[in-house]
Amino acid sequence: MSIKIFVPIDSTALSLGAHEVAALISKEAQARKLDIQIIRNSSRGLFWLETLVEVETPQGRIGFGPINPSDVKSLFDADFINGGKHPLALGVVADIDWLKKQERLTFARMGITEPTNIDQYTAHDGFQGLKNALNLKPEAIVETVTASGLRGRGGAAFPTGIKWKTVLDTKATQKYIVCNADEGDSGTYSDRMIMEGDPFVLIEGMIIAGFAVGATQGYIYLRSEYPHALKTLNEAIHQATKAGYLGEDILKSGKVFHLEVRRAAGAYICGEETSLLESLEGKRGLVRFKPPLPAIEGLFGKPTVVNNVISLATIPIILAKGAKYYQDFGMGKSRGTLPIQLAGNLKRTGLVEKAFGITLRELLYDFGGGSLSGKPIKAVQVGGPLGAYLPESQFDTPLDYEKFSEIWAVLGHGGIVAFDETVNMAKMARYAFDFCAIESCGKCTPCRIGSTRGVEVIDHIMQGHDTKKHVALIRDLSDTMLNGSLCALGGMTPFPVLSALNHFPKDFGVDAK
Amino acid sequence: MERFVHESILSQQDHKILEQCIKNHQHMPGALLPLLHAVQDSLGYIPEEAYPNIASALSLSVAEVHGVVTFYHHFRTHQPGRHILQVCRAESCQAMGSEVLEAHIINKLGIEFHETTPDGAITLEPIYCLGNCACSPSVMINEEVYGRVDSKKIDQLISDLKSAS
Repeated sequence: MSIKIFVPIDSTALSLGAHEVAALISKEAQARKLDIQIIRNSSRGLFWLETLVEVETPQGRIGFGPINPSDVKSLFDADFINGGKHPLALGVVADIDWLKKQERLTFARMGITEPTNIDQYTAHDGFQGLKNALNLKPEAIVETVTASGLRGRGGAAFPTGIKWKTVLDTKATQKYIVCNADEGDSGTYSDRMIMEGDPFVLIEGMIIAGFAVGATQGYIYLRSEYPHALKTLNEAIHQATKAGYLGEDILKSGKVFHLEVRRAAGAYICGEETSLLESLEGKRGLVRFKPPLPAIEGLFGKPTVVNNVISLATIPIILAKGAKYYQDFGMGKSRGTLPIQLAGNLKRTGLVEKAFGITLRELLYDFGGGSLSGKPIKAVQVGGPLGAYLPESQFDTPLDYEKFSEIWAVLGHGGIVAFDETVNMAKMARYAFDFCAIESCGKCTPCRIGSTRGVEVIDHIMQGHDTKKHVALIRDLSDTMLNGSLCALGGMTPFPVLSALNHFPKDFGVDAK
Repeated sequence: MERFVHESILSQQDHKILEQCIKNHQHMPGALLPLLHAVQDSLGYIPEEAYPNIASALSLSVAEVHGVVTFYHHFRTHQPGRHILQVCRAESCQAMGSEVLEAHIINKLGIEFHETTPDGAITLEPIYCLGNCACSPSVMINEEVYGRVDSKKIDQLISDLKSAS
């Protein structure tokens, strides 16, 4: 029997040469007349070890990484497929401490299965949640999701069950499930990993959402920067339709759910749910006034569930194992697990799914291994471009929505970007305003004009012009944006700006407050 | 409307493609974005000359089509170079030295963002996050992502593009 060799097909692995590694392994095996089978699995999310090549053995899957194309020959010379010793050998992958210490619920299959192989998905507990949901009344599905404590993983952290309840209770001839896959925050890639690595779990979550609220049509609004995810999702939707999980008569239950991927077009603002709906309707992504809530008047004026990829991809395990199982993870009002993404200047970057409550310090040093450059970590930005910068003194904060809120920070979509001591925080504050100016939809004045004025004022500060006056002006401007903007883009740009100013005043040429 | 009656820069073949894109998409709910994507995927950009036909097929005004095309960073209104090089400028890449990389690329190609090299080989664009933040800094070339890019690696990639043409 041929020996199974796994080479990930996730786009981060590809960005480091995984296709080339796979091709070279195949070529080398052929030349040596070895009977192997190459399987293109999803990534485990241990990105500092990519390309992570695994060999199936009776002891489990043995890993080798990071493998560059130039390492392939030496792997064969060491007889890696028969347990030969190699300097890049990692032992049984499932036993690697970094992976073992995690609590992978949403990411349970990550790195293990082939992304678009529906039989493997089913064999690894896939569609269990859907099968349970088929025997439940809509109210009972919504009740389960509410009881699980799941909150929107896109960033706003609104209780998912309550959103669903509103849509369920609103009478309409047509309702929609919209998946917000416009993952634009720097430092985040968990949505991308799910869509490229385990697309059926998202599809399953959306079908369950459809059953729960009475929606028959779903859309995945996918950012245009993710071409691999687009291909994988379309293939997975095709497979799921063929197998009877999507379409007119799902698993002969008489229930209907159709699903389609729609490409975004590079506007960060379209991650805001009402702007996203405008875009789906074929318009400019201008933010809508609320009310009405999208749950009552959403896509094409109909009741619409808008949920993030991770929220929807977490639904199957909640329906499969029950609300209590999920609810038992976490702390305070932050229940379950959060897929945390380690990014920027860290030694061991990647996907860490842990119950809420882990501290930043554990993530940055125990998992992250400190900075890649070897210099002290000066600041971390949590929650994307609209998230606050945190200094070392706040690294003991546990990951919990409320604890972060207490220190005027956000968890957002769970992305953590680390900066070493070479970063200039005034420059990062300037970037925050600049990004807001580039991405503003232009509907409200505080965001449209405030962001541009913000860049100008920070330029004065950085040039040392009348610093005190301009710092006061930044605070005043931030106050206007915080309280006067229509949505979170203008309303949260002050988070990175003011946190940089408050925690790192020296970079702005001012004394500590 | 005068600006749209200039001499056509689209070939007959381009017009055929355009009509096909319209036919394939005009009946979708919220058809405009999928249609614009189809046009850009086929022609490489969305020519202004196409606006009136798109507008009339979707019962929109030309101004509405123009408004949508120009709202989204992804859509181009001019023919790009043979290859598209997108450099990530977001925070994670900044934390790993993307500004130095960016300056190196601009210097090497001799063009600014949104410009094309005089030989028509490479169009340079900024991009804000490729979801490759675990291996910053990143660039995307013709929809393929490259991670941990330094000046040596980008020089190689650029030289490959120039010789591939």
